[in-house]
Amino acid sequence: MAIIVQRPKLKWWEQLYLPSLFIGMKVTLGHFIATLTRKSKVTMQYPEEKWDANLPDHYRGAPALVTDEHGRERCVACQLCEFICPPRAITIKPEEIPSDDKWAKVEKRPRAFEIDMIRCIYCGLCEEVCPEQAIYLRKDYAITGTSRAEMVHDKERLYEIGGVRTGLVNKWNELK
Amino acid sequence: MTFLFCLFAALALIGGIGVVVCRNPVSAAFSMILSFLGLASLFIQLDAFLVGTLQVLVYAGAIMVLFLFIIMLLDVQEEEKRRFPLISFAGAGAVVTAFLVLVILVLNRGGTAGRSLPVVAPSESGQSDVHRIGELLFGTYWFPVQIVGVLLLAATVGVVVLSKKELK
Amino acid sequence: MDWHLIIAAAIKIVVFVFFVTLPLVAMSVWAERRVSAAIQDRVGPNRVGPFGLLQAVADGIKFLLKEDFTPAHVRKFYFWLAPALTMVPALLTCAVLPFGSRLFGEKMVIADLDVGPLYVFAIASLTVYGIVLAGWASNSKYPFLGGVRSTSQMISYEICMGLSIVPLVMIYGDLNLGRIVHEQAQNGWALLPLWGEGLSPKGFLLALPIFVSFVIFTTSMFAETNRLPFDLPECETELVAGYHTEYSSMKFALFFLGEYAAMIIGSGLCVTLFLGGWSLPFGWLAPATIDAEVPFWHGLIHLGAFFAKVIVFILFFIVVRWTLPRFRYDQLMRLGWVFFFEIALANVVLTAILLWVLK
Repeated sequence: MAIIVQRPKLKWWEQLYLPSLFIGMKVTLGHFIATLTRKSKVTMQYPEEKWDANLPDHYRGAPALVTDEHGRERCVACQLCEFICPPRAITIKPEEIPSDDKWAKVEKRPRAFEIDMIRCIYCGLCEEVCPEQAIYLRKDYAITGTSRAEMVHDKERLYEIGGVRTGLVNKWNELK
Repeated sequence: MTFLFCLFAALALIGGIGVVVCRNPVSAAFSMILSFLGLASLFIQLDAFLVGTLQVLVYAGAIMVLFLFIIMLLDVQEEEKRRFPLISFAGAGAVVTAFLVLVILVLNRGGTAGRSLPVVAPSESGQSDVHRIGELLFGTYWFPVQIVGVLLLAATVGVVVLSKKELK
Repeated sequence: MDWHLIIAAAIKIVVFVFFVTLPLVAMSVWAERRVSAAIQDRVGPNRVGPFGLLQAVADGIKFLLKEDFTPAHVRKFYFWLAPALTMVPALLTCAVLPFGSRLFGEKMVIADLDVGPLYVFAIASLTVYGIVLAGWASNSKYPFLGGVRSTSQMISYEICMGLSIVPLVMIYGDLNLGRIVHEQAQNGWALLPLWGEGLSPKGFLLALPIFVSFVIFTTSMFAETNRLPFDLPECETELVAGYHTEYSSMKFALFFLGEYAAMIIGSGLCVTLFLGGWSLPFGWLAPATIDAEVPFWHGLIHLGAFFAKVIVFILFFIVVRWTLPRFRYDQLMRLGWVFFFEIALANVVLTAILLWVLK
């Protein structure tokens, strides 16, 4: 159904166009002066000013691996995250934990765990799928590098970003 | 001064030749503009600032823009492919020769020493050429100017009437 | 022609064109970005140099280093000629603008022609060729349509622009911009006749047609320089980028700079004609006669006054750009041909009657 839009009937001085020009200029100049006198300051000067303290808890930044309170790497190399990762950013090479190791009953651990940060889309599916609560999306967002190789986070770097998480998964502990 | 004269005269001539020789209409139009600019510079060298400026303003700036505007809308591919027939060279040669002969005859009439060409006189009162032309046009010759104005108006109205579509 | 005159002219050309107008072009690009940012509560470029003032240099280097790509289907000669043809006329018009009164006993104008405004219009009318050629030589549909649109817009508004200054010329009885400015310095600016002979019933009555002229002239200038609210040659939804769609690198930059140079020269002309050029208000420090010697620091103040006025006018240009929505094409043509053309003509007649009555 066609809608007929009623055009407003303009007064003669409104038809002159000039008054509306000045009304418009009043608005723009108002903003101009307000910005010049720092009354309305919206923009943050990024590298100097950061908003990191205000990031919400559910913020999805760089994915990282965590160790538990005993210093054990939580990842058991089940490779679920590798399979679910939509852009296939994660590459895991598992290895067996030797039987004389303290955590021999865990049986598997990643020999290499690489996340290609050029591919990563920060979707958080790896965190969601992980049965061991071993991979988390942290609040780091400024992931930069000067080469492609630099943008691939290896295991060492991932633990560096991730740090330690206590609790949550206790099944491998001595006293269960 | 002579150097500048030669430069701008050459510019005007090259432009003029370009108008005839270029097959692409846009190139021809541009050669014409070049020739106008050369002419305008020559006028300005003669201290005829108004005439020179009007040459640029009216011919180069207005009329040729409209020309170019129309040419742009045409398909120029076909025109570019056409070759000159030989007879046109002969015709052009004949016209140029005849004109040159005519110029030489006029210049030689009565001997070179006897007559000199009229000199463009600088104004006695020190007024600019704009003032003098203005006073002539709107003082001495005001009536012919008005007549020409009415004539042009009639022509404009005629064009509008002729080109207007019949509304039925 | 002695060497003294040639050297003085050469110095003036180099200083005014390359050390004044071109940096002013760069600065106005910077100002445009900063002012538009401030209007929209943003910050704008503030990283390169103090307050981002060197942003223009960075932009220039960027434009020079980008790949200069000439598409295969264009007409090469005209494609290369077009950007130059937009930039050069814009700079040529500097020649007749009086930048100041006198400095070192030299008139601060490159060529003191007796046909000043006519010269500006003649040269400015040549800028159309750059756009026509760019549109045609690109040999593709969007540039072509953009070029056609821009050309018809510029031709239409040139007429209004020329007609709008006729009343002014009638009142001053002169086409020499230097003498027009001198007259305004003595007897009140054309728009603000508040001192000298302007402060009389006659001056106020004549300010009416001058105000109409000013409105028409300024609006036409917006249309001539293809700026908002009349920036119809470029529009993303209909014509991509208009006549410079196929251009890249420095050739594109020349179109861009040509637009800003035209804006600056237009502002300069408007200031010269309507706002007293280099003169200060209320006849302060005005030289007694046109040939009078001016002390050195008076000359400097006059130069400063001219550029201050031009800068204010450029800021006005920028603020208007970020205030108004654009016109539709048929509205633009209607405004030009139906309103401004008629009003300008009526204005000429009105001025003639006023001059005859008040004689």
